[in-house]
Amino acid sequence: MTKKTKLLLGGALIMVALAYLINSGIREAAVYYMTPSELKAKGDAASDRSLRVGGMVVPGSLHWEPQTLKLTFRLTDGKEEVAVEHTGSPPDLFKEGAGAVVEGRCVSGGAFQSSMIMAKHSEEYKPPEKGGASAEHIHRTLVQPQRTQP
Amino acid sequence: MVQGAMIGRGCERALGILTVIGLVIGLYIAFVYAPADAVQGEVQRLMYLHVPLILISYLAFFVVFVASILYLWRRDRQYDAIAHSSVEIGVLFTALSIAVGSIWGRPTWGVWWTWDARLTTTAILLLMFLGYLMLRALVDDPSRGATFCAVLGIIGFLDIPIIHMSVVWWRTLHQPASMLRPGPSTVALNMQVALYANLVAFGLLYAYLLIKRLQIERAREELLRLQMELLG
Repeated sequence: MTKKTKLLLGGALIMVALAYLINSGIREAAVYYMTPSELKAKGDAASDRSLRVGGMVVPGSLHWEPQTLKLTFRLTDGKEEVAVEHTGSPPDLFKEGAGAVVEGRCVSGGAFQSSMIMAKHSEEYKPPEKGGASAEHIHRTLVQPQRTQP
Repeated sequence: MVQGAMIGRGCERALGILTVIGLVIGLYIAFVYAPADAVQGEVQRLMYLHVPLILISYLAFFVVFVASILYLWRRDRQYDAIAHSSVEIGVLFTALSIAVGSIWGRPTWGVWWTWDARLTTTAILLLMFLGYLMLRALVDDPSRGATFCAVLGIIGFLDIPIIHMSVVWWRTLHQPASMLRPGPSTVALNMQVALYANLVAFGLLYAYLLIKRLQIERAREELLRLQMELLG
């Protein structure tokens, strides 16, 4: 293969990748996740399609079973709530009252079946409060599994 | 003439030393002076690499944008050399910033990569300027290659405002801007110091690399000219 054909091949590859990104990536990225309200409004039309839902984890809704790795919680956008079921451990920053985006499918009549959880963090950065727990400690408590319900 | 060259070399050397000092101070401030983040802990220190790298690559592509316009207008090879050199550094910095961002994303978000608007538009930026470098190598006629690349360089730069606004226009996993934003910064003061120190250090590194890269370009043209002279 000459240098020119190699470069042409490489160039074509980049063009195809760019076209793919612009076509599917941007369109998909523009509606990166749905809010619980939007999901509710869609009703059955959204069922059994793979999609992303984003919102805040409702405080008190998080349940974790260490034996089965089953994680259930509710996501809210302040108006509607969506129940989510997930198997596996969530990312470190995932916690009640924090933002999260879940990927999975909606089962009609049931909870949203999540195959992946992503934690969303804010653009605020600050040291731990004076007298409060150290960053290391906070980090530890985030990683620690939630207590199982008696 | 000779004296001017010596002064130039002295300045270049001073810039090189300043860059090394800046990077060492930047590292010290990032690891020792700045506190760990309350929510993310130590891993948040990756911000002091991730943010300066991408901001300096914006600067590099802005230089490409201006130099490309000047080349199309004046047709001076010097502007083309600046654009070409700046693209190479910009591509390096963008790729590094994406790599660091990915390493930061895994422990915080839980994923190495996701197709949200911020990440997708940044990937497009990297691909466009990789295409620029390929196009440069592909076109045999240097002046035609320079013209094509100048057009691509201008178009490529236009992606940067889109990247910047992506977190405002669309829903993303990536958090909104904490520095280039209206209103007060959302970053604690001593963390801002670490960001700005590293921004300056990487700015110096960019300037130094650009000077070095332009020297290579000049040497290459000199070599071509000598070859032409010898071969007739």
